[in-house]
Amino acid sequence: MELPVILLKLLEGLLVSFQIFALTLIFSLPLGLIVALGRMSKNFFIRNIIKIYISIMRGTPLMLQLMVVYFGPYYIFGWTLSRDYRFIAVIIGFVLNYAAYFAEIYRGGIESMPIGQYEAAKVLGYTKTQTFMRIILPQVIKRILPSVTNEIITLIKDTSLAFVISVSEMFTAAKAIASSQASVIPYLAAGLFYYIFNYIVAFTMECVEKKFSYYR
Amino acid sequence: MPLLKISNLQKNFDGLEVIKDISLEVEQGQVVAIIGPSGSGKSTLLRCATLLEKVDSGDILYMGEPVVYTDKQGKTCYAPHKDLKRIQSYFGLVFQNFNLFPHYSVIKNIIDAPIHVQKKSKEEALAIGRDLLARMGLADKENAYPCQLSGGQQQRVSIARALALNPKILFFDEPTSALDPELTGEILRVIKDLAAEHMTMVIVTHEMSFARDVADHIIFMDGGVIVEEGTPNQVINNPQSDRTKAFLSRFYEI
Repeated sequence: MELPVILLKLLEGLLVSFQIFALTLIFSLPLGLIVALGRMSKNFFIRNIIKIYISIMRGTPLMLQLMVVYFGPYYIFGWTLSRDYRFIAVIIGFVLNYAAYFAEIYRGGIESMPIGQYEAAKVLGYTKTQTFMRIILPQVIKRILPSVTNEIITLIKDTSLAFVISVSEMFTAAKAIASSQASVIPYLAAGLFYYIFNYIVAFTMECVEKKFSYYR
Repeated sequence: MPLLKISNLQKNFDGLEVIKDISLEVEQGQVVAIIGPSGSGKSTLLRCATLLEKVDSGDILYMGEPVVYTDKQGKTCYAPHKDLKRIQSYFGLVFQNFNLFPHYSVIKNIIDAPIHVQKKSKEEALAIGRDLLARMGLADKENAYPCQLSGGQQQRVSIARALALNPKILFFDEPTSALDPELTGEILRVIKDLAAEHMTMVIVTHEMSFARDVADHIIFMDGGVIVEEGTPNQVINNPQSDRTKAFLSRFYEI
């Protein structure tokens, strides 16, 4: 197989990796915030259910979680799902896992906010929702950006775990070509692509952080 | 009718009685200074009056409208949420450490609540905000961020922020305690200007000479009770209680 053909196949896989990456972020960032609010809820049951959920998500391998989401419906309920479910299962697995991590980052950010900000908002007559959306959350986002960047970069590399349920993202493609060609070139090329992908994301996040540096 | 009436207020923190039994009245246009040693309950009193702390018992009324009241069974009750929301607009509070919103520009700090709480138009809020900034001598700082200002300037912005909501009474919780001595003067001047305009104010302060100059009623607190109160002349120049005398002696030594 010619090198251009290999690269083309890898780029096809990269497109799938990017879809996993983008969809996971789109869903897990907002879901993480909801989970964080649940984790800080005054309600005993909500708080503890969320705590257990976060504990499981952080305490077991993501690879295993993907397998549970993909094979679970068949083994538990006897449902046979279409081949398209592979990709959906990957997204569900990633979103559930990353929302748990993002939730803990949000929580750390929210709890680090000085109480004076809440008090000032209260005396000025802001409602609780206004206080959170207008005063607290914008400042929390600035505080948590470095940790979020970290998670996002980890996510790019984690997309390769989708190979475990045979979703044809870049790593799956690299593995297939490498074994058929008995060559390590596909792996090296995939590694380079991951690196470039990460470099672009890290650069973008640096710009976002700069955008927030107008205040201390 | 007094603008603010507090009766038999009590507040505990984990069994520690911070406010024992305090009653006071503030009339329209009056400037009340609360002085006393650290831990005497002055700030807690202010925080109870501004709903930042829940009282254990006692009554608080703004213009006759109850915030906290004692029902027929003797139980201490807070007014319903919608009443509290309305009464909250009667007062403003200036904090010791400003508590400006760091992510908002100076003008946004001032106009955000008028726009989003009072539902004023942006134009109207801007006009009020710019007028207040000019009065605070900060007309050129409209687009600056709090972190770019000195402590004294930040505190003036926070006073403007409180005034923008047009409160009937303004509380100050040690407004100069976080400032360098050379910056306290500018804040005290602003408060004096407000007093000249007959703004009703309750000021917790450690600045004795300022309290004497600006207040028409001084309250000396110690150990969670009002030890002595009266005109500045009575309390600062002719204190009757030994505790007041002892507290003020340090002030006279300087």
